[in-house]
Amino acid sequence: MAELRHALAQYGLPPDRPSVMLGEPRLDAVLGGGLRPGALHEVFAGDWSASGFAALLALLAAQSSTAQSSTDRIRKSLFWVRPDYEAMEYGAVSPHGLAELGGDPNRLILVRTRNAADALSAANDILGCEHVGALLLEVEGAPKCLDLVASRRLAFAAGESGVTVVMLRGGADIEPSAALTRWQVSSARIENDDWGAPVFEAEIVRHRLGGLGRFLLQWDSEHGCFNTPDHGAVAAAPADRPAYAPCQRRAI
Amino acid sequence: MRRAKGAPSEAPLVVSGKSGNALHVHALEARAERLGLHQGQPLANARAMVRPLRVVPADEKADAALLENIADWCDRFTPLVTLDPPYGLYLDITGAAHLFGGEAAMLSLVTQKIGEQGLAVRGAIAGTSLAAHALARYAPRTITPPGGEAAAIAPLPIAALECGDKALRALRHAGLKTIGVVAARLHSELTERLGTNFVANLKVMLGAEEKPLTPRRPLPDLMAEQRFAEPIVTEDLIAASLLSLAQSLGGILERQGRGVRLLEAAFFRADGKVTRIAVKMGAPLRDPRVMLRLLRQRLDALADPLDPGFGFDVIRLEALLAQDIQPATSSFDSDENARAQIAFLVDRLSARFGEHRIQRFVPQDSHIPEAAGVAIPAQDRDFGEWSLKRQPGFMNGSGAPRRPLRLLEKPEEVQAIASVPDGPPRQFRWRRAQFDVARAEGPERIAMEWWKNAGLTRDYFRVETQDGQRFWLYRDGLYHQIGAPRWYLQGVFA
Repeated sequence: MAELRHALAQYGLPPDRPSVMLGEPRLDAVLGGGLRPGALHEVFAGDWSASGFAALLALLAAQSSTAQSSTDRIRKSLFWVRPDYEAMEYGAVSPHGLAELGGDPNRLILVRTRNAADALSAANDILGCEHVGALLLEVEGAPKCLDLVASRRLAFAAGESGVTVVMLRGGADIEPSAALTRWQVSSARIENDDWGAPVFEAEIVRHRLGGLGRFLLQWDSEHGCFNTPDHGAVAAAPADRPAYAPCQRRAI
Repeated sequence: MRRAKGAPSEAPLVVSGKSGNALHVHALEARAERLGLHQGQPLANARAMVRPLRVVPADEKADAALLENIADWCDRFTPLVTLDPPYGLYLDITGAAHLFGGEAAMLSLVTQKIGEQGLAVRGAIAGTSLAAHALARYAPRTITPPGGEAAAIAPLPIAALECGDKALRALRHAGLKTIGVVAARLHSELTERLGTNFVANLKVMLGAEEKPLTPRRPLPDLMAEQRFAEPIVTEDLIAASLLSLAQSLGGILERQGRGVRLLEAAFFRADGKVTRIAVKMGAPLRDPRVMLRLLRQRLDALADPLDPGFGFDVIRLEALLAQDIQPATSSFDSDENARAQIAFLVDRLSARFGEHRIQRFVPQDSHIPEAAGVAIPAQDRDFGEWSLKRQPGFMNGSGAPRRPLRLLEKPEEVQAIASVPDGPPRQFRWRRAQFDVARAEGPERIAMEWWKNAGLTRDYFRVETQDGQRFWLYRDGLYHQIGAPRWYLQGVFA
């Protein structure tokens, strides 16, 4: 019985691969060692800064998959898939901005599609290639084509090839999906005098493998990881239990 | 070649054309010709001679489009088809005639097939284009043996020279009535009288010189084609045919040590329509299955799918651009494999969505933020050359980005209030939302390229709102230069 229960819990989960360390120890602990590669992670945008957070997650995943490949001479690419509408509304990806965050513009391949359906099918193609570093997929709102089946398909393809996919959802309500983790991200402000690195308030609102929590994270582009900012203005939520009532997030 | 117009009606039909301000007979039916009308006659005279007469105005654009379509259709005989406006086509059949059972058989096949489509057609085969041109008009169905052009065109009237009214009058005046007689004169005499152009054309016509033809479409480096006695319709057969063509093309490429960069599949429909599909590759390629897969991707992405209609009778695969494959120094690690897989993925995506949609960034030597990096098709560039060395002062100690991750397509104007004229904004309205600035960094002054006279100097500020969002704003112009500079929001930080 215990075995069966264990098998059921593992069903549909991506195969075990070395996790992507995000840097902040408490966050990595909640995630079970770091962000799981070869899985679908959803980032819901609370405001403008979420796209930066999603890009950073994808960057870290791409870097970590490069480090784990048999040879480290080939640098793995980050694919960024976005419908044209996104660029018009939310701005184009700036290679300089990416470089400033510690990413490598040489390794960025941008896929601009006509609509969300094309973006999903391109994403499935990209996830089929195991030499891709990571995939960042931007979807605005809740298009019809992005249903449970589509997200299952993405999660499965990611699990097969081991490519991490970060899906950035702007202007969307949280709804059932096959994502392994789901984040709600907005910007945060810390009170100190100098103009510091960007700070995010990231909350894990769903995690199929365990802990939830709310974190205040500051990006450290020098070391390429997240840190706890020096002067936390927002009280961090407890890591060992959900910050909010979990019942509505057990939808699947 | 004239357009045959519909079913015969009672009245003879002429097509009227306009030259200067007068209408004349542009083209006419055989029946009208029997009644004594002729081409070039003033339309009023024609109307006076024959009554009733049906007249339709000439549509030269449609005629030209028709000629293009026929030329497309003729691609099945040879890839070297040249337009000879207004009514002619040259087909360079060098080395192609034996595929159709010899020159005579090919000529009758071409004329018969075009005739079946309801067109009046005359054709001839000769060693030079101008000789063929003259023979097709004045002695159709002639096939000259090699070197026999002079003999073949000798009996033709001097009108076949098509040298203009003035020269024709001069020749008539001299009593020269056929080309043979003209050619018998000393060339120096003719040059003196009629100019060097006339003699040059005459030489080409007699087969002494050749004028090169410019084919309509670039000549492929390699091609493979398959003809079907019975037109094929089903998708399976088309796919099978494409695969066998790709295999034979791949075989040739392999022997030559080359690979294809630009591949085109041409589908010739039995009723004359030709559909072409081109696929571009990031790196030279010779694997037939990969070629087939890219073609399929392209076919699936077509807005109006490939319609076989009554079937395709010829399918051709052309390597428009073939390049040497650099034999990579084979290493035992997986580097090469990984690179090839990514290149193939990029090719596949480009075939499906269009090459301009799959992009890489290339740095530009410009300090203007929106011009500093351009996106180019990822197929064109294997890897960027972005230098990762940060410029001095680009980062301050705190590790905060100086450039936003997102640049708006176009800077958007905001209503901003600044506390001091040269200072950062305190408040601004953007996209109907109010933002209160908690702190700001700047200015970073960026002058436009004065040598291009490209606009005002911008003062950039990084601002953080009360809730922590960071934006990149600039003031367009300096206060002491213009009275009330406007504010724009150009980007959003992470």
